[in-house]
Amino acid sequence: MIEVRDLHKHFGTVKAVDGVSFKARDGEITGLLGPNGAGKTTTLRMLYTLMNPDKGQVLVDGIDVARDAQAVRRQLGVLPDARGLYKRLTARENIDYFARLQGMDDALIRTRREQLIQALEMADIGDRRAEGFSQGQRVKTAIARALVHDPKNVILDEPTNGLDVMATRGLRQFMRRLKDEGRCVLFSSHIMQEVAALCDRIVVIAHGRVVADETPDALRAQTGQANLEDAFVKIIGSEEGLAA
Amino acid sequence: MNAMLTVFVKEVKENLRDKRTVMSALLYGPLIGPIIFVMLMNTIITRELNKADQPLKIPVIGAQYAPNLIDALKQQGLQPQLAIADPEAAVRNQDADVVLRIPADFGTSWRKGETSQVEMVYDSSQRETGSSVDRLRRMLETYSRHQGAMRLVARGLSPTMMAPVSVDDRDQSTPQSRAGQLFSILPYFFVLTIFMGGMYLAIDLTAGERERQSLEPLFANPVPRWQVLLGKLGAICVFSLTSLLICVVGFGVCGRIIPAEKLGMTLSLGPAFALQVLLMMVPLVILLASLQTLVAAFAKSYREAQTYLSILMMVPALPSVLLSVLPIKVANWMYTVPLLGQQVGIAQLLRGEQVTTMQISTCMASGLVIAILATLVTAWVYRSERLAISV
Repeated sequence: MIEVRDLHKHFGTVKAVDGVSFKARDGEITGLLGPNGAGKTTTLRMLYTLMNPDKGQVLVDGIDVARDAQAVRRQLGVLPDARGLYKRLTARENIDYFARLQGMDDALIRTRREQLIQALEMADIGDRRAEGFSQGQRVKTAIARALVHDPKNVILDEPTNGLDVMATRGLRQFMRRLKDEGRCVLFSSHIMQEVAALCDRIVVIAHGRVVADETPDALRAQTGQANLEDAFVKIIGSEEGLAA
Repeated sequence: MNAMLTVFVKEVKENLRDKRTVMSALLYGPLIGPIIFVMLMNTIITRELNKADQPLKIPVIGAQYAPNLIDALKQQGLQPQLAIADPEAAVRNQDADVVLRIPADFGTSWRKGETSQVEMVYDSSQRETGSSVDRLRRMLETYSRHQGAMRLVARGLSPTMMAPVSVDDRDQSTPQSRAGQLFSILPYFFVLTIFMGGMYLAIDLTAGERERQSLEPLFANPVPRWQVLLGKLGAICVFSLTSLLICVVGFGVCGRIIPAEKLGMTLSLGPAFALQVLLMMVPLVILLASLQTLVAAFAKSYREAQTYLSILMMVPALPSVLLSVLPIKVANWMYTVPLLGQQVGIAQLLRGEQVTTMQISTCMASGLVIAILATLVTAWVYRSERLAISV
């Protein structure tokens, strides 16, 4: 479970995150939805301890990020906005590298790695060097290395960015599977249909603030719009930056 | 500890797969030094052998006007060559080092007891010709002095009248110490080797990794950043150290090829030399790895890092250049200054002099202290939030 309380972060005079609070529960998919530049990536970066908040608190499974960042990172599987692979290493070697950094032993690495390669249907690229991977193959490899240590909490920053329809479908199925395994899945997106199709709970962020935190049904009821897209536009107050 | 080793092993493995890095670290970098050394030594040997009694081959114009002069010069080792039509052009085109021209009225003024003129045509901006010009001038002066003395004797005067002061040269230099100036740029090649050996890695492991957007996911792992940094520094050090080893071995091989003994030089580039160079250089391996990483950490892209590092590459050249231009006396304090200490120490070794254990340990200790400081600063910069952010 990930709990965020009153998070603030500014860069110069820009308040990127201005008082964000929400909860992402185990066994649920929580979607962080907002237009480009709303503060989603910055919020997530504070969750996975890459940045320190100016103010506020982040708890992952009850561990305070400010107090024990290392322990938090062990509880998290992260697909950041930046998902570069090591081009001169094979997909398997890329996964193994992160697994070792997580402190796993070789036998465990092998089992987990092969499980993920199967689940993500990437057996064909396992022993190929990452150089020349397609966008979809890259994301799969990045997800596999992020989840190799079997984390309870999974953070995905715009996971379907740049993927084609088939790859997106596959990824959605994989996220549902993570949820069914009882994990806490938190992902960000600016694509509303995606959030609508997947999420148990939607946190809408605009201008660094949470403007809604509901189930999809409640959101529709609250705004009086039968269509989720119209509901979002109403909440955010403009159509700016919302891609269909 | 394990994490550091993991990072280290991965970086070494990944970079061994990169042709450019491997070529620069294990081929161009380390072999530049020995190759330039061989070329320098060739220059020295040619120059020194030229000084010795090799016949001096020089075109002479108008030899028939001064047969006695030519005979005397032949005895001093001149081999007159056939006259050429345009001596000025020949000298400018470097077809001849120097041309001797004897005018037709040489005999006339000689017989009158006047000063007869000869011309030496040369181009002093051609450095290579200097020794031929000097030798010819000395021959002519010897002949002139000799003949002057004869004329005095013929008039019943003592030749010593013309030489109130006599100068005897007692040159204490050896061929080895005369080569010292050239040797003084060589230590830079060891530094350059270390630099080249680690450069691509240093760029790749920080600026490159950020540009390829893999630094952010890397830092999401439960490993403190300083451990990641030490793993990376280790990989850089291994590459630059290997580079240095190849370079030292290269020098050893060159030492066997160069016929230095022809000049009475003792070039000891064997295991003892190699060991002392390695000892003095090890702190620089760490220092340069840290500095390169530090500089690369400030660069926004791979290219920017490359630009910064090529500027940084000039810095270690400073002591070499200074010492080869300024005749500074080597003092013990110099061993406490990293780069300068290595410079001075290796130059001593090349000159065939001893470097004491004390000097070597001073060199190492001061180098290590600065290297550790540089590493601490780099670790501090590595903690910055911005370091990982690619865009």
